[in-house]
Amino acid sequence: MTKMSGAKAMIKSLKDEGVEVIFGYPGGVVLPLYDELFVSDIRHILVRHEQGAAHAADGYSRATGKVGVCLATSGPGATNLVTGIANAYMDSIPIVAITGQVATAMIGNDAFQEANITGITIPVTKHNYLVTDGKDLPRILKEAFHIASTGRPGPVLIDVPTDVFKEEIDFKSPKNANVTGYKPKIKGHSMQIKKAAELIKSSNSPIIFAGGGVIASGAHKELTKLAEKMGAPVTTTLMGKGSFPETSPLSLGMLGMHGTKYANYAMSGTDLIVAVGVRFDDRVTGKIDEFARGAKVIHIDIDPAEIGKVVNVDVPIVGDAKNVLTELLERLGKCENKEWDEQVQKWKKEAPLSYEDKGLKPQYVVEQIYEICPDAIITTEVGQNQMWAAQYFKYTNPRTLVTSGGLGTMGFGLPSAIGAKVGCPDRTVFDIAGDGSFMMNCQELATAVENDIQVKVMILNNGYLGMVRQWQELFYGKRYSHTDIESKTDFVKLAEAFGAVGRRVTKKEEVKPAIEEAMNVDKPVVIDFVVDREENVFPMVPPGSLINDMLG
Amino acid sequence: MKHTLAVLVDNTPGVMARVSGLFSRRGYNIDSLSVGVTDDPEVSRMTIVVTGDDRVLDQVKKQLGKLINVTKITDLPIDDSVQRELVLIKVGVGVDTRSEIMQIADSFRAKIVDVGKDTVTIEVTGDEGKINAIIKLMNQFGIKEIARTGKTAMIRGEK
Repeated sequence: MTKMSGAKAMIKSLKDEGVEVIFGYPGGVVLPLYDELFVSDIRHILVRHEQGAAHAADGYSRATGKVGVCLATSGPGATNLVTGIANAYMDSIPIVAITGQVATAMIGNDAFQEANITGITIPVTKHNYLVTDGKDLPRILKEAFHIASTGRPGPVLIDVPTDVFKEEIDFKSPKNANVTGYKPKIKGHSMQIKKAAELIKSSNSPIIFAGGGVIASGAHKELTKLAEKMGAPVTTTLMGKGSFPETSPLSLGMLGMHGTKYANYAMSGTDLIVAVGVRFDDRVTGKIDEFARGAKVIHIDIDPAEIGKVVNVDVPIVGDAKNVLTELLERLGKCENKEWDEQVQKWKKEAPLSYEDKGLKPQYVVEQIYEICPDAIITTEVGQNQMWAAQYFKYTNPRTLVTSGGLGTMGFGLPSAIGAKVGCPDRTVFDIAGDGSFMMNCQELATAVENDIQVKVMILNNGYLGMVRQWQELFYGKRYSHTDIESKTDFVKLAEAFGAVGRRVTKKEEVKPAIEEAMNVDKPVVIDFVVDREENVFPMVPPGSLINDMLG
Repeated sequence: MKHTLAVLVDNTPGVMARVSGLFSRRGYNIDSLSVGVTDDPEVSRMTIVVTGDDRVLDQVKKQLGKLINVTKITDLPIDDSVQRELVLIKVGVGVDTRSEIMQIADSFRAKIVDVGKDTVTIEVTGDEGKINAIIKLMNQFGIKEIARTGKTAMIRGEK
């Protein structure tokens, strides 16, 4: 046992958890911690807005699989983290958010920069803590990382009053986190797995439906083996992209609202859905009463609450995807469903993703990024840019698509790209952006430039809030209420003002050289692709429709 | 369908907010909720009465189970558990009604816990049916104030 301040104990605990980098922004009550960070070898990346810190920690976690850490002061610092925390919560991303709080004696007094951040974040964290006694700090840190990273991962917030940072405590490293009310179930029930294997054997037209849980669990290899053994096609959610190589003949890409036609046809024609690490989101199922009506469902998920929440399940298996799939593979022989396979391949051939090759199309830009750098990490903003990034880039490895799935947070792309690049400095990281979303956190260009984090921002600039405009075109009689944002903002100059490289591309033939240049420049780059203004994302399942009933 | 859940939780600040917040944000209906510390000072026990179909109840239990501060959830079967509520009823009295009120209270094995110039306060314990019955009877005399604890419950036998 050693005597030290709460702040020092926190740094020591973070180091014990293997934390190498923190994304943060200082302020009054966290000064004691920042003073310790000044002499610590933990890398601190100063963002320009706390929301950027939360998204960067999130992007870091998605790209590396490690727990991301962000840090902010009390009050507005803490509330600015909330969107980023909610974003991580919806997509089950492990981050630990540390916030300063006003002194214990002042809590509840409406003190300067006081906000009840534990109260505010109850609905958007897996768990949170208000530390009232310095001696609890090491234990709480240990528990927070344990809870964030195990079971169904998610964000954990630790709120620390400023006097607790200054308190002298006896530091003792806790060995293990021991949380009575928290025992995630890792191993699936053997009888259930046996039942699943039997259902698979008797199926004539099975489909594998994989989600973010496969990536969280690190079960992508097992998933590929399962697909090969079953001879079954694989469709993924947006979050599941990278869990199965989209270059494989068995891949159907993404399903749902902007999924491929063939994935939605297959999902509607299957007699057995093997769902792994998914939660049957409304963007996937369309009209829920009619979703895959003729199919039996095997649902593998680590969160028991996801099973039976949206669809009725024939074989529920609660457990970690990797663990369950490994056991399932042992119980399964090689299956063949020739007719089904032919049908699926026919759909793939008949209804591929396509767009009209005329002028400068956003889809073309994404295709070129893939052609030039297929092993890049792609982050996205939210809206049309995100869907094109999902449709026209072929993801072959886990943790290569970093995108805001559940919450749909505009402004996520740039800060998450920064986080991903910090976590994977040897990889090329592109933020596929829209002109609307990019503006929501473009201040983080300063973070990228200052810390020499060489992210490449590809703005698909159509001068609209494109996805909203698309809905207005299709469902609101082309009344473009407040979605035309074509402005005088010069993204090239904006990039240059921040000290990044800016380029503008207006012609198709300039696309390839511009992307190549961006990759070769040792600086953050912003390319403003001035694309076809009214291009739509197709196919599209109108909200509330059947998923095999698609526009486009 | 009504269900009574016995929920063991950590006796720490904020746990009530976590539980009640879960119910409101997921749209589950709480009919009643009572809470008190157990023989272990670090553990509190909540009795939650919730209305919902099987799917809702399944979700309620699973979502509650995900709260880190919740350690155990038991769905108490109505026919195999003791379920009690306590209610205090302040009733207006006059010379002509006083003895009748006393009689009714007596037949419900209720206690008169306070007597004022124009009021009496009755304490009664029992299941929901009994409580509702005495409230209905007292209504004719004019109930001034009522305080119900909400249900607390326990499974019968050694389970």
